[in-house]
Amino acid sequence: MFVMCLAVPAEVKEVRGHIARVDFGGGLIGEVDVTLVEAKVGDYVLVHAGYAIQVLDKEEALETLKLWKELLEAEQEL
Amino acid sequence: MLEKFRDRELSLAVAEKIKRCMPERKVKFCHVCGTHEWTITHYGLRSLLPKNLEVIAGPGCPVCIVPSSEIDAAIELALEGVVITTFGDVINVPGSELSLRQARSMGGDVREVYSVRDAVEMAKKEPDKEFVFFAIGFETTAPSTAIEVLRSEAKNLRFLISHRLIPPAMELLLGLGELEIDGFIAPGHVSSIIGLKPYKIFPEAYRMPTVIAGFEPLDVLFSIYMLLRQVRNGEAKLENEYTRSVTWDGNVKAQKLISRVFDVVSGRWRGLGVIPKSTLSLKKEYEHLDARKFYKIKIGKSRDIYPGCCCHLIMVGKLKPTDCPLFMEDCTPQTPKGPCMVSIEGTCGIWARHGVRLYR
Ligand code: SF4
Repeated sequence: MFVMCLAVPAEVKEVRGHIARVDFGGGLIGEVDVTLVEAKVGDYVLVHAGYAIQVLDKEEALETLKLWKELLEAEQEL
Repeated sequence: MLEKFRDRELSLAVAEKIKRCMPERKVKFCHVCGTHEWTITHYGLRSLLPKNLEVIAGPGCPVCIVPSSEIDAAIELALEGVVITTFGDVINVPGSELSLRQARSMGGDVREVYSVRDAVEMAKKEPDKEFVFFAIGFETTAPSTAIEVLRSEAKNLRFLISHRLIPPAMELLLGLGELEIDGFIAPGHVSSIIGLKPYKIFPEAYRMPTVIAGFEPLDVLFSIYMLLRQVRNGEAKLENEYTRSVTWDGNVKAQKLISRVFDVVSGRWRGLGVIPKSTLSLKKEYEHLDARKFYKIKIGKSRDIYPGCCCHLIMVGKLKPTDCPLFMEDCTPQTPKGPCMVSIEGTCGIWARHGVRLYR
């Protein structure tokens, strides 16, 4: 299923020029164009229509999860 | 890590927070992204929200807003022998009379591609045919078109540009006034490209709370909670829920590519009319790659809305699919009457495919 505004995360396995081999998980390996980003092996990129559009920030992802937890624990906040 | 963003327990806890933060009056938030509608419907998020909190879908389906005049132009080229390449759903959307799929059954060579790159490769393999890439989509897709325009690897490939920009459509919604929106859930993937900056005007000029949201169910629930906190505190701020992908400046390289290749012009959105500075058009120096110029396409009279279909009202959040008398009667995914049903990102299509019949 192709959804236009959807982008899916994938892990960069190898970079050759502007093409990278990425792992979408579940054994799905593909090639994407990484012209738009500075991607290194091990990075997670957001892939949209065959092009990586952003490198996902792992620290920020963890930070978001932490923040959510905290927010919910802060009972008196409301 | 992804599972954590879908955690059921955490979702219920956020829903509880939302309930406690909820004022007595009605509150209405609007998203502008087909993928947000998909997440909300697929995970049944509306059922977790208080009765007086409504989340409506704005014009976020990139396939639905392509005006039929542009589909007509692609059909005309296909019937003249040009190979038309484009993204999946587009070929099913009716133009004034026909869809690209029908043009294909009449002998036109119409091909679905996953990426503009596929179009380039096809054109290179078949050098004696003329190819056109019908480039639709928002800011997420425009950079890849820009890359291939600049590379220009296949001399027999031209571009029918139909890219549209999201922030001007959000401004249009505010201009409609009577919608009475209390906050925007802004699309995370478009924002990964354009950054937070272009949304500044919503809190500043319109006093409209705006939160950039990711696409996991918890992303959406949290963004609703963040908006609600602003509403409760009487604030209008720009906040970012999707920090793992969206920064203030966005993807500057992608933005530079867009502005190097395209001019921003006024353009028609199907069912919404002409929106100022909302459409991309190839710059003069790339004119030779512009299918409109090369084939001297004249945009004539066209029909955007079919009798009885209210897609145009659904796309601005004035109606819900279940308000349309044709929904799941005459109009189903198998027998679509309008673009919102054809596309898997259209609100009617998403609701139909999830078996939504009566809303609340
Ligand atoms: S249900 Fe069908 S006819 Fe009704 S608005 Fe949606 S697409 Fe149009």
